[in-house]
Order: sequence, then C-alpha cells, then structure tokens
Amino acid sequence: MSNNREIVCIVCPNGCRMNVQIDANNKVSLVENALCEKGKAYAIDEIQFPKRSLTSTIRVIDGELPLVSVRSDKPIPKEKIQCALAELRKIELKAPVEFHQVVISDLFGTGVNIITTKGVMNRT
Amino acid sequence: MLIKKDLIIVGAGPAGLAAAIEAKKKGIDDVLVLERELNAGGILNQCIHDGFGLIRFKEALTGPEYAKRFIDEAKSLNIEIITNVMVQDISSDKVVTTISPSGIKTYKASAIILAMGCRERTRGAICIPGTRPAGVFTAGVAQNLVNLKNIMVGKRVVILGSGDIGLIMARRLTFEGAKVLAVVEKLPYSSGLQRNITQCLDDFGIPLLLSHTVIKIEGHERVKSVTIAKVDEQGNPIRGTSKKFECDTLILSVGLIPENELSLNAGVHIDDITGGARVDENLQTSVPGIFACGNVLQVHDLVDYVSAEGELAARTAVDYINGSIKNKSDITVIAGNGIRYVLPQSISPNKDITFSMRVTSPYKNKTIIFKDGNRQIKKKTFKALNPAEMVRIDLKAQDLNDVRNLEVFIDE
Ligand SMILES: Cc1cc2nc3c(=O)[nH]c(=O)nc-3n(C[C@H](O)[C@H](O)[C@H](O)COP(=O)(O)OP(=O)(O)OC[C@H]3O[C@@H](n4cnc5c(N)ncnc54)[C@H](O)[C@@H]3O)c2cc1C
Ligand code: SF4
Repeated sequence: MSNNREIVCIVCPNGCRMNVQIDANNKVSLVENALCEKGKAYAIDEIQFPKRSLTSTIRVIDGELPLVSVRSDKPIPKEKIQCALAELRKIELKAPVEFHQVVISDLFGTGVNIITTKGVMNRT
Repeated sequence: MLIKKDLIIVGAGPAGLAAAIEAKKKGIDDVLVLERELNAGGILNQCIHDGFGLIRFKEALTGPEYAKRFIDEAKSLNIEIITNVMVQDISSDKVVTTISPSGIKTYKASAIILAMGCRERTRGAICIPGTRPAGVFTAGVAQNLVNLKNIMVGKRVVILGSGDIGLIMARRLTFEGAKVLAVVEKLPYSSGLQRNITQCLDDFGIPLLLSHTVIKIEGHERVKSVTIAKVDEQGNPIRGTSKKFECDTLILSVGLIPENELSLNAGVHIDDITGGARVDENLQTSVPGIFACGNVLQVHDLVDYVSAEGELAARTAVDYINGSIKNKSDITVIAGNGIRYVLPQSISPNKDITFSMRVTSPYKNKTIIFKDGNRQIKKKTFKALNPAEMVRIDLKAQDLNDVRNLEVFIDE
C-alpha cells in the first residue's frame, strides 16, 4: 500500500508544493512538482528524518549587546529542537564574543555545532 | 560650512551598503554613507533567522551574516560610513543636513542615493476598535526587543497579519516560551511565503485563520483579550462568528511603508501604490541626481534583490556624476489587468531593463504580457503567482526596440 502526501519544500523561497508518494515501508517512491533536485532530497528527509535549521540567541555578559545570535551549522533533527533551545538557555558567554565562534560542538552527538552569527564587543 | 561629497548614501542597510561598494568599485572615491543607528546593517541586524542570500550566495545565511559580508567589504574598500547620525533634510539641490551628538553638519553632494528602508504600519493605520492597553506591538518592534535587547514581549500571543515578519515572529516567540494562539489574516490568502507558513506555523501547530480580523481589544493596563471574527468578501466582520482569545499580547504584522519623509522634502515624486519614489530604469527619481533603491523604493521580500537594486542605483549615479546619463526616460510603463504596480514607472527604449512587479491576487498558470500598443513584446508564463512574491522579468534591448508605450498585464 502506498499513500500520497503534499509536502512544501522549504529549501528556497519558491516553496514548491510537492506531491510525494510513500510506499508501505515508509520510503519515498515518487516526488512530483519540485522545480529542482533539492526538493526530492528534502522530501525524502522530511518523511524519514525531518530536520530544521535552528536560529536563536544566547545571553552575553558585559557586552555592547545583551544577546548574541546563533545558529546550527547544519539542520538538526526536528525532535531535538526543544532540548537544543533548553541547552542554549543555560549558556552565558562573556564578551567579547567572536563571529562564528563555536558555542556548542557536536550537539547531542548529532555532529552539528551551534555557532554565533555575529560578534559582540565589550561594553565600553 | 558646506562639506563637498561626490556621492552621499542615506542608510547603511543592505541597499545602501551594496550601493556604496559598487560606486567605489566604479571609481568614485568620495562616497559617504550616513546611518542613524549605532551599527551598519539596517534591519538585517535583528533578523537572526536564516534564508538570506540564497540567490546571491547560494547559501542560507542569517541576517547578521548577510550584512557582515557587505560591512566587511565596505571596510576593506575604506568606504566612509558615519553611524549615529540622522539625516534631517535633503534639498532638491542636494544639500544634506545631518544631526549627531557632535552637532549639525551640512553637505553638498553631486549625487544622492536614498536607501532609508521602510517602517511598519501601526494600529492607528488599520483602526482596531477597543481600549488602548500595553501589550500591542508591531512585529518589527517585537523582533527588535526579543532578538537584540533580551526583552520578552508576552506569554500568550495573537498575531494579526500573515506577512513573513509575523510568521517568523510566531516561531521566534514560541522558541522563547510564549504560546502563540493564532495568526489572523484578513485576506483569504496569506501574504507570507508558503515555506514560512510550513516552518513557522505548521511545525508548531499554530493555526492560521484566513479571512478573519481583530474586532476588539480588551484590557486596561495590559491586553487581557483579543476578539476576532470572520470577514466577508468586502472585509466586513460577519455577525455571530466572533471568538475571544485570552491573551496578554497582540502583534501586528500588517504591512510596511517606504520611509520617504526626506524624499518628499527634496521634491521627489512618490508613487501612490508603491509608496516609494517614481523612478526610471536608472532608478533616478523625479529630481535629477537623486536615486532610490531597496525598501525605500518598493518593499522587497528578498534581500538579494535589495542588494542588486543598490548596485544598479550606484552604477547609474556614477554615470550621472561622470555626466554620461543623457537621455530622459519618458515612456510611461502602465500596470494593467492583474498587476498592482510595476517598476520602473518610466523607461527609455533600446535598453536592457529588469522590471519588478506584484500581482493583485493569487493566480495559477497565468501569463504576464508586455505590450506596446498592439505589438506583443514579451510573455512569460508562471505556474503560480502570489501577491507576497515580487516578480522580476528581464527585457532585452532588442525586445524594447523603439517602444513608445508599455503596458504589463495578466492574460485572462
Ligand atoms: C522587520 C523586518 C523583517 C524582515 N525579514 C526579512 C527576511 O526574513 N528575509 C528577507 O529576505 N527580507 C526580510 N525583510 C526585508 C528587508 O527589509 C530587506 O531584505 C532589506 O533588509 C531591506 O534593506 P534596505 O537597505 O532597503 O533597508 P533597511 O535594512 O531598513 O536599511 C535602511 C537603513 O536606513 C537607515 N535610515 C533611515 N532613515 C534614516 C535617516 N533619516 N538618517 C540616517 N539613516 C537612516 C535605517 O536606520 C536603516 O539602517 C524584512 C524587513 C523587515 C522590516
Ligand atoms: S524544489 Fe527546488 S525550487 Fe522548489 S522550493 Fe525546493 S529548492 Fe526551491
């Protein structure tokens, strides 16, 4: 038995609405209406291991700003988002913070790092 | 004392930075960028989510990362950027008056590029009835407080307007522990990108209520509840459909308006529909030597096109400074059936031109046609057209051979 699902590709602003056929083993057997190859790869991931990139902020002590923005350097498993946010809440960095500084390496053994997306200088 | 400059750029967002870099590369050394904030980067500094630069860099950068590429390049080219300075006035003969902690200064520029970005529509602009308690924010202000200042705006939130900023704030506030009860949209379709509906609402089970609006806000010190109702095709609330949400915060994401107070004083003609300057294919406004780009010209959904527009404005401003813009562009471009606006509003014939436009409502499998009188010049078919997404169509010089009249419309 197979069934069809509509999946919106979120890789680029085109947001293709793909028709995805899933077979009895929960494997993707067909992807239609994607404008490019990335859509198919996304659909396969979305069915088997849904992932999202994570962006948030971390507190900074003595900085020109109270927060530094961060992101995961690769998408992380969707079900790990909440625990990742909880980890981020525990952290406090001391200024100065470098651009692309690694804040958490190998998050929960996923091989994904959390890095800063801006630098924050000391408060003067 | 008048300080002389070849080129003055107002605003150090992505539009202004891209313009400054391009002008410098094209040989204009005497470039000055003026920015009222403490840091360059514009609105990108608070847009910490990713998805910027996919077209330009083939990477999904966050706002600050996208901005940094331009700030770093501007630094390496020794471009003069003054921050913490407010441009107070621009005159039609290109005298620029600024105010900063070090006092008032006046400059005289050979050319000016306007890159001031946009501001948000507020509660007043959409007339929501009810009391006026604390807890009503525009989405951009909420984004600024949460992402830059570490100030949380509320615990239980209703969002009015489904533009991209509203959708992104729904996810952001959820991440910060708030409960977003619903995103309410007056139109029968969302004004944000589908990918944002998927990853900012569907992922968290946040309902999107189309054809609904807020009809009442209650609360004295602080918002206590927000009442919404379904609307008919004219946008009027339908009796008996109201629903009350107990909440402490209402976020408005109800549209952006180009920030053109300065432009008006300089005598620049503003387009009623875009809210930005009327420009020709050189992005020159009605005042010779004053150019406009980015969100001050038309509200963009993608920063990549903002940067491209900044570069185009710079190239033509450089031509103006060097005295090589000759012809006046006086062929009017008309937005016809199904097209809300098209830019540039006037052109000269026999040139390569990129047209940007927005459609009036969502369409499937439709063709956009360019016509000069009865002569069809170009047509392009789209699987889907969406008012939330700017459409860009390139016409080649040979397409625009001796045009005398240009109309753009959707073939019904
Ligand atoms: C809240 C918000 C969220 C957005 N999110 C996204 C997104 O997720 N993805 C995306 O691609 N696009 C997004 N956009 C679109 C975004 O506006 C553009 O991508 C781009 O940042 C616009 O660039 P700009 O340079 O035209 O304007 P801005 O970035 O707004 O820069 C204008 C600059 O001019 C300065 N300025 C204005 N007036 C004066 C004055 N009188 N004197 C001195 N300086 C002045 C301002 O301080 C500002 O720094 C968002 C826009 C907003 C408003
Ligand atoms: S399938 Fe390709 S074009 Fe379509 S949204 Fe995904 S990445 Fe973009």
